[in-house]
Amino acid sequence: MIKISLDDLDDIALGATFLGTGGGGDPYIATLMTRRAITEHGPVTMLSLDELADDALVFSCGNLGAPTVAIEKIMGADQPPDAVLALERYLGRRADALLAFEAGGSNSMMPIYIGAMLNRPIVDADGMGRAFPELQMVTFSVYGAPSAPLALASEHGDTTILDIDDDARAEYIARGIAIRMGARSAMAAYPMDGSTARRVAIAGTTSLCQAIGADLRQSRGQNRDPFAALIKMLAGTHYGHAKVLYAGKVTDLVRETRQGYAIGQVTIVAGDGKGPPLTIQFQNEFLAARQGGALRAIVPDLICILDSEMAQPITTERLRYGQRVTVMAVSAPPIMRTDKALAVFGPAAFGLAEPFVPVENLD
Amino acid sequence: MSRTDQPRLRLGIDVGGTNTDAVLMHGDEVVAWHKATTGRHITDAIVAAAGAVLQQGGVTAEQIFAVMLGTTQFTNAVTERRRLNPVAVLRLAAPATTAVPPMSDWPEALAAVVGRHHYLLKGGLEFDGRPISPLDEAEIAAAAKDISRLGLKAVAITSVFSPLDAAMEHRAEAILRRELPAETCTITLSHRIGRIGLLERENAAILNAALSGLAGDVLGAFTQAIDDLGLTAPLYISQNDGTLMTAAHAARYPVLTFASGPTNSMRGAAVLSGLDDALVVDIGGTTTDIGLLLEGFPREAAMTVDVGGVRTNFRMPDLLALGLGGGSLVRDGGGRIGPDSVGFELQQRALVFGGDSLTLSDMAVAAGNMTLGDRARVAHLDCVETALAQAAAMIETGLERVRPSAAHLPVILVGGGAPLLRGESIGGGRIVRPGHGQVANAIGASIAMVGGECDRIFSLDEISREDAVAAAKQAASAQATDAGADAASIRIVEMDEIPLSYMPGNATRLRVKAVGDLAGTSTGISTGTSR
Repeated sequence: MIKISLDDLDDIALGATFLGTGGGGDPYIATLMTRRAITEHGPVTMLSLDELADDALVFSCGNLGAPTVAIEKIMGADQPPDAVLALERYLGRRADALLAFEAGGSNSMMPIYIGAMLNRPIVDADGMGRAFPELQMVTFSVYGAPSAPLALASEHGDTTILDIDDDARAEYIARGIAIRMGARSAMAAYPMDGSTARRVAIAGTTSLCQAIGADLRQSRGQNRDPFAALIKMLAGTHYGHAKVLYAGKVTDLVRETRQGYAIGQVTIVAGDGKGPPLTIQFQNEFLAARQGGALRAIVPDLICILDSEMAQPITTERLRYGQRVTVMAVSAPPIMRTDKALAVFGPAAFGLAEPFVPVENLD
Repeated sequence: MSRTDQPRLRLGIDVGGTNTDAVLMHGDEVVAWHKATTGRHITDAIVAAAGAVLQQGGVTAEQIFAVMLGTTQFTNAVTERRRLNPVAVLRLAAPATTAVPPMSDWPEALAAVVGRHHYLLKGGLEFDGRPISPLDEAEIAAAAKDISRLGLKAVAITSVFSPLDAAMEHRAEAILRRELPAETCTITLSHRIGRIGLLERENAAILNAALSGLAGDVLGAFTQAIDDLGLTAPLYISQNDGTLMTAAHAARYPVLTFASGPTNSMRGAAVLSGLDDALVVDIGGTTTDIGLLLEGFPREAAMTVDVGGVRTNFRMPDLLALGLGGGSLVRDGGGRIGPDSVGFELQQRALVFGGDSLTLSDMAVAAGNMTLGDRARVAHLDCVETALAQAAAMIETGLERVRPSAAHLPVILVGGGAPLLRGESIGGGRIVRPGHGQVANAIGASIAMVGGECDRIFSLDEISREDAVAAAKQAASAQATDAGADAASIRIVEMDEIPLSYMPGNATRLRVKAVGDLAGTSTGISTGTSR
């Protein structure tokens, strides 16, 4: 058991942006919210999955909506806790701990925020191990933990319970409600017991965010290669294999809207002008990196673009021509690479033709 | 001579912290220029600089048809936290946004100066234009009484999604005015100065309100100077995006002058060189700024921009600043340059002036490509070639980072330190050394255009993409015309489309920027004294 205090938040946010693999939303506002909550209510207790009692009740928390709205209509202070309280009322039982459904991007902060507001412990785990564009793209769904019942809350204190036994239908209807709530809903979902959480959740991802953030931050102050340092650190985790795919400059960027997603491709050319350029395809998050017709990395393995100088992770909306970037690929943990998992968030789920090949098996 | 026989001239002025520059312009041609020290009295500095160019040019006040002025006074006031007034902050949003109250992320020292007088009241809109909650007029009236009781003289009002529909900000202003008359209290409405992005827009509105007292004084000083010079032409102030606003508008929205200096310098480089697409290297005393001109305008930074530690979303040029300038210290036999500089003490500390500091200017003088001080004092140096080569290498690396692709764009060299870089080309790009590069800022101010912007969310289920784009372009153009642009000269210079990811409904955010010549600049007919 450890405590998350004010000093930890910036590192967690930086690491969450890295795990966001280009998507997940900027954690800036969520970090401000959480800073205030911890200032007023004190540090938050974080349990490991192993520390959960078998019969402990765990909820998964986060937001549903559009990042573009999120920067304008910030949430009500009680909105995220309201979703948790509504689900507790429906189940007739208090949640013992909260975890994130998405460790990448702004959703990483939500359990910490609610944990501070309601004085509940959080669990060092999540359901995506990175960021994904759809709610059902979680290991919870993959391994048979249902999203139902789930609760949505607006800033007015309005709450809705959806008790839908199909996760894809639940996602569809939840999004419809989220729009009526002004494209910004707080959600509590996937109620499960402790032993289920140990089976279906990705362990250690909040502390991993913190470790990645701390590593990148410390590199800035010192005269060391931030990428080499990060690769060495990740080698000791279940995201074991990390490497630098490419370093160069953004020379082309195609971005368009299709079905509500930011879909496109970025091309990066090496600084020395030698060798074929690297192209990265994205749908909110970076999906596949290819070079000279060869695959270099593919979802669900993580593809992260960082500013070459500051080692600041760059999101798709902040990509621009001329940026000097370093592209890293990180192996997803084993729980995200099984056949069952790949069926839900592997290449085929994003319409990619290539089969999944682990990044460590690619050149 | 009759009026039509005389050339119609513009006066460009740059009021910086150290120097005040003036240029007299006929079209894109520099008729006269002068540099004066800013000192403590802005009026005196402007009169000195502008008076000198009028005299040099031998022109009468009647021949000046517009005065364009750029200034760093307001940016400096925020970064130095001086002459800011306390502000009452009204946010119309409850029950939304309560998770992050106003000024949550401000540096404590600045927040203390501005005060923490916050009113988070009902109101605001959803992305589709529905109210989050209706305005509670009694609640606003109560806030007005409280503000009046506290004696606060500036208010900033921010409503959620006001860039889409500003009616709530206007209504709240009207209610406040019953208690807070315009003579004693200024009210800033956020939609006038910012885009979508609540915290950044609110921050800009608060900073604007905090500058309202100083704005009156500074604009008063500017106007006084124009009067003292006997000029009757309208006065325009340049904004961060390279466009102009009227002096009256600047008095109400001083925050819009933030970062206009670098923009003016790049725009000046464009007009002096006649190039629309180029890299610009502005070598000053302490730093070198490298930026990219696209269609005659600086490429904008994508990131939010901090002003005095406060996050804003102003349109700012995307500049790479290198610690390299005429005053940069040279060490290791020329192998290491800067980032520290003797700055404004160059004339005391550089070797050529009898000082004891080895500066990059000393190298340039020794090499014979700059005339400054006494060249004999640096004749003995043997590190000159190494140092100048090192400076060129630093600039080349910087250019490589800013250059958008392998295309070899020309490189425009401006600023007082321009002679530090020798040769005909750098990194494959041709070097262009326009005349009058040392007063590029004031020239940039004098050729500024008038702009308009539209930033709105459209549902592409309700309107075709073509119609949405056309509506956004029309709104931006109309705003430019309202601001004084010649309608025939308006063109769209920027369009961003940002999908509202994760949501069905096919909503997309369109941001369009239009610019045009100041009415009168291109035709020479009207002086365009709108508003």
